Amino acid sequence: MELIFQGIIKAFELIVSFDSEVLGITWLSLKVSGIATFISLFIGVSIGTAVALTNFWGKRLVISLINTGMGLPPVVVGLFVTIMIWRNGPLGFMEILYTPYAMIIAQAIIATPIVMGISLAAIQNLPSNLRLQILSLGASRLQMVWVLIKEAKLPLLAAVMAGFGGVISEVGASIMVGGNIKGYSRVLTTATVMETGKGNFDIAIALGIILLLLAFLVNLLLTQIQQRQHPR
Amino acid sequence: MKSKTLIKIENIIVERSGVTVLDIGELNVQQGRILALIGPNGAGKSTLLLTLAGLLKPSQGTLYFQELPVDTNVGRAILRRNVAVVFQEPLLLNTSVYKNVAMGLKFRHLSNGEIKRNVENALDYFGIRSLTKRSAKTLSGGEAKRVSLARAFAIKPRLILMDEAFNSLDPPTRETLIDDLRHILEETKITAVLALHDREETLRLAQDVTVMADGKIVQSGTTSQIFNEPDSEFVASFVGTETILEGTVKSKNIGLMDISVAGKTISAVGDFLPGQNVYCCLRPENIIVSKEMPEKISARNVFGAKVQKVIRQGFFYKLLLDCGFPVVAYITMPSCDDLGICEGSVISASFKATAVHVMRRE
Repeated sequence: MELIFQGIIKAFELIVSFDSEVLGITWLSLKVSGIATFISLFIGVSIGTAVALTNFWGKRLVISLINTGMGLPPVVVGLFVTIMIWRNGPLGFMEILYTPYAMIIAQAIIATPIVMGISLAAIQNLPSNLRLQILSLGASRLQMVWVLIKEAKLPLLAAVMAGFGGVISEVGASIMVGGNIKGYSRVLTTATVMETGKGNFDIAIALGIILLLLAFLVNLLLTQIQQRQHPR
Repeated sequence: MKSKTLIKIENIIVERSGVTVLDIGELNVQQGRILALIGPNGAGKSTLLLTLAGLLKPSQGTLYFQELPVDTNVGRAILRRNVAVVFQEPLLLNTSVYKNVAMGLKFRHLSNGEIKRNVENALDYFGIRSLTKRSAKTLSGGEAKRVSLARAFAIKPRLILMDEAFNSLDPPTRETLIDDLRHILEETKITAVLALHDREETLRLAQDVTVMADGKIVQSGTTSQIFNEPDSEFVASFVGTETILEGTVKSKNIGLMDISVAGKTISAVGDFLPGQNVYCCLRPENIIVSKEMPEKISARNVFGAKVQKVIRQGFFYKLLLDCGFPVVAYITMPSCDDLGICEGSVISASFKATAVHVMRRE
């Protein structure tokens, strides 16, 4: 019990004193996961929308694959990315193993199916005649798609939240491809794992609290945007 | 007919997953006319509307818009820019009424000033200027319908296509909307094809009618042709057995009008002005049939009639009479025997002035 109590006190000390190491770790976490989410947003929304709006043979199979991808185990992604960028791997020449770039790639791979699956469902959930209605008012195909994406902006924001929430809290892939190098590729989750392993529970608890706060703040911001669309 | 053909269908076949859902030899829509598509559910009315809008590609046949075949890119672009579709559901975007109505104009890259002018015009037409800033999600069903209509009219289309636009509206809302729409169509002279549900709507809005069943056209003609001279049992049963006559109000005297119908005069109760074109609707059960001209009778309308046809319908007969204009009457089997009515006999038909349902006709 005392352990937890001490941990919380230490956590507040670290947070209030703006400990430079903790600050650096937090900033890197935000940067890596933010960029990864941003990338996944582009790929996920465009492919999700395209799949939702076109009919092709094997569409159901593709949707099942995307939905399976929403639960992609981070360690499997970590393993896959490691193999790809390993010194002798196909992308080894890029020399990005154990760098934040590798972490961004891994996290983007984790977040993309989540964003894709949610945007696919969001676009599919729009009334089926809405496409025809928009086209019948003289829209080009591109204009039609853009109107649909805007119309589905609330569930798409949910997709962003889910994607970001998934990668900021992920540890397996980040530790495998980032290496948890102090001051370089150490993020909140990997640091928490390491400190817990060393028995430094106070620091681990502090990092955990920061992680929770971070996730909370980002979601609070996005929820604000989302709820603004719903005047009561 | 003087007017020009605006849109024309030639030998069109539309298939959906291998099944033919639309098979139309010929359909012409004249410029400035209002055509009603009627028929049971699944008759292909919606499919035909989507085909006319260029939103559904026929597997065979050609669509012509202003004499130009639509199967070229140029033809399709011209059609798409000149047609607007109003679906059964309002399908408004989750934004303000203004932005919804402006949508089609935005696609056309008009300047903000032009968009504003057109949007306000369209909102005024449908009497919903006060809703401009409202969120579309907070509108009532009737308001939403008006917004979706305003959105279609805002782009000033040459042709407007409407799919059962008045469904799911409560009766008073529907009544006023039908009246408003008729005025707007008259004023703007926009050609319209409307998939409609009931005979009353059809009579009030349309000048021409096309009856459809199983993806095919069963009969096409002017409204009174279809209602009075259905050329098949199917059309007759669909449009009902009511007699619908075209007439013009001759004079009016304290609520009682004299209406001239095919050279004869019918007295009817109503409030239309002399000169107004009207439909006179008569229900068969309100026609009293007698062997000789009745001498003292309260009914104001008494006509000599020749029995054209006697059709047995369950426990009564349906008589098709010729009084100088066609009239349908019902008579029980015993009465028919008593009066000795058969095809060719000459009788008299009478009905009260209050039995004539008078409707405005364009």
